[in-house]
Amino acid sequence: MQDFGNNRFPRLPYVLIGLGALCYLFGSFWGLFIAPPERFMGDLQRIMYVHVPTAWNWMLAVLFCFAAAIVFLFTNDLKWDARLDAGLEVGSLLAFMLCVQGSIWAKPTWGVWWDWDPRLTSVAVLLFAFLGIIALRRFVDDPRKRAIWSSVATIIASVDLPIVYMSVKWWNSLHQTQSSPDTVSSAFHIPLRVNAFAILFLMTGFIMLRARIASLRLANEVAPPPMIAERAGEMA
Amino acid sequence: MLRCMPELAIDAEGLSRRYGRRWALIDVSLRVPAGSVVMIAGRNGSGKSTLLRVLATAIRPDLGRAKVAGFDLLSHRQDVRNATALLSHDSYLYEALTARENLEIVRRENVMSILQRVSLADRADDPVSTFSAGMRKRLSFARVLMQDPKVVFLDEPYGQLDPDGAAMVDEVVRDLKSRGVAVLMATHQLERVGRIADQSLTLEMGRVVRP
Amino acid sequence: MIAALRKEILIQWRTRGQVIAVFIFGATSLLLFSFGVGPNAEVLRQFSAGFLWLALLLSSTLTLAESFHAEMENRALEGLLLLPTDPRALYYGKAVANWLQLSILGTALIPVMVVLYDAGTERVLALIGIVVLGTAGLSAPGTLYAAMTAQVRSKQTLLPLLLFPLIVPALLSSVKATSLVILGDPMESLRSWILLLVAFDAIYWALCGLLYERVVED
Repeated sequence: MQDFGNNRFPRLPYVLIGLGALCYLFGSFWGLFIAPPERFMGDLQRIMYVHVPTAWNWMLAVLFCFAAAIVFLFTNDLKWDARLDAGLEVGSLLAFMLCVQGSIWAKPTWGVWWDWDPRLTSVAVLLFAFLGIIALRRFVDDPRKRAIWSSVATIIASVDLPIVYMSVKWWNSLHQTQSSPDTVSSAFHIPLRVNAFAILFLMTGFIMLRARIASLRLANEVAPPPMIAERAGEMA
Repeated sequence: MLRCMPELAIDAEGLSRRYGRRWALIDVSLRVPAGSVVMIAGRNGSGKSTLLRVLATAIRPDLGRAKVAGFDLLSHRQDVRNATALLSHDSYLYEALTARENLEIVRRENVMSILQRVSLADRADDPVSTFSAGMRKRLSFARVLMQDPKVVFLDEPYGQLDPDGAAMVDEVVRDLKSRGVAVLMATHQLERVGRIADQSLTLEMGRVVRP
Repeated sequence: MIAALRKEILIQWRTRGQVIAVFIFGATSLLLFSFGVGPNAEVLRQFSAGFLWLALLLSSTLTLAESFHAEMENRALEGLLLLPTDPRALYYGKAVANWLQLSILGTALIPVMVVLYDAGTERVLALIGIVVLGTAGLSAPGTLYAAMTAQVRSKQTLLPLLLFPLIVPALLSSVKATSLVILGDPMESLRSWILLLVAFDAIYWALCGLLYERVVED
């Protein structure tokens, strides 16, 4: 069977996930129980220990998808399409989590579930864009076409992200002041950093596993080339 | 622009192409000298159309390499396209446009003379949607001629044509050959084309069985 | 490229019945929006810009999806690919033709908006200008995605699914700009929105043209 790569370090994803889970437990424990409550927001602010690291990693995921798409268009190597497939799904999951976390924070703070914060709104827009690309992939049978179109759509969506952010920021600035919690004083850095690495390890591990699955699916979709020996037998 | 014709119009080696799990073309090689006519025979589904489409750059081969009209099939696709023309199963025509307008998409000059050659001059300004199957075939043929190719790929050129139309095809192929254009024809009309072909090739299940 | 544009306009002119149908769809949408909100004239006037652009956006999915219909019959898209012409010429020809069609549609919907929502203004030229810039933003990525989805089943749902998240900046800018023209612009912010719109248009007309060839090749 043809191999589409993504299996150079078979054990590594599991190591990363294990490590990530441990760090996450550690960081979250610290953030929830050890770190002092914030001056103005009290215990509610603790969600930042999860929200901020998730946000950082989401941006990394988007960057990863953008890079994978570009590399695929230049190399035409389907292993990059497998990576893009993984990145899109993991990125969408992270985006969804960000929206949920944002809502959890917004309701007690502002009384509404969604407050059109520019950053979170941009995340939502990109979430829908990624979901659209994932849907597109389901409708295209030819692996090559699917890969090219996903890459093109991903590049267009990624380029759009900063523009979306700017436009929503201006749009919102006339009505509301900045409402997202982002200032974290130095006392809180440790759990933040630990969780950032935690989510990074988890994300990388999941992307690697998912890319491996995508590679296997590709290999299954695509039949092996016919044996040359067969032809020699026919000619004889 | 200087157009020099290489000795071999087509030099192909090991061409293979799959659709999902099915291999439509397996390890096909051929050499076609300039100005010769090649007949490609085989049952329906044997890979004739796929071979023509791969050589015309409509689709990419999964394996193998080729030089068509002197240009590499994989790295110089646009050059191959400029020098070749494909008469496909699909007519490539715009229903809402007239015969003349469809040809003008290729080039603005010489449209009427080519329409005359395929006996469609009197219908030049009628929309294609009013054309019969045979007339569409003639127009597709005209479209091929408009491109002034060095290598021509004809996929079942006699389909839907009446005896006059078939005679037109014969005449056009002879004329192309005399002008040094290589012609590859996938066809079921083995006797008719056999008379004019320099070389013949039979495909079965994607492989060459009788070169 | 002029030849490609000429061909596009010819085809669209021959099938012009379609344009009327899309206009009726757009006008009906404007009507339905007002039913959705209620007959409060003040409220309707305030949101008239939003309604106009939403109607235009929904109508654009019809126009864009239809724009590759001629290429799909008889596989003309492949036929064009095999000609000596630059594939980018086809993309820009179609994108410009779609842009023209959408601009005309948008301009035709302005009087409907004025009547239904009491959204009149003297600065009609400014309104048309915003329509032209905004539809340019819809047309560039829309034509690219229309080329993709035309080749796939379930194209009706895929096109809006892919396009809508993408054109958020163009939508926001167009609505904001239109609103400022209709309701007044106390803080002189119209210029920034127009600039954003122009930037969006420039970036996407360039980027989509660049990527088009990969989308139609096999």
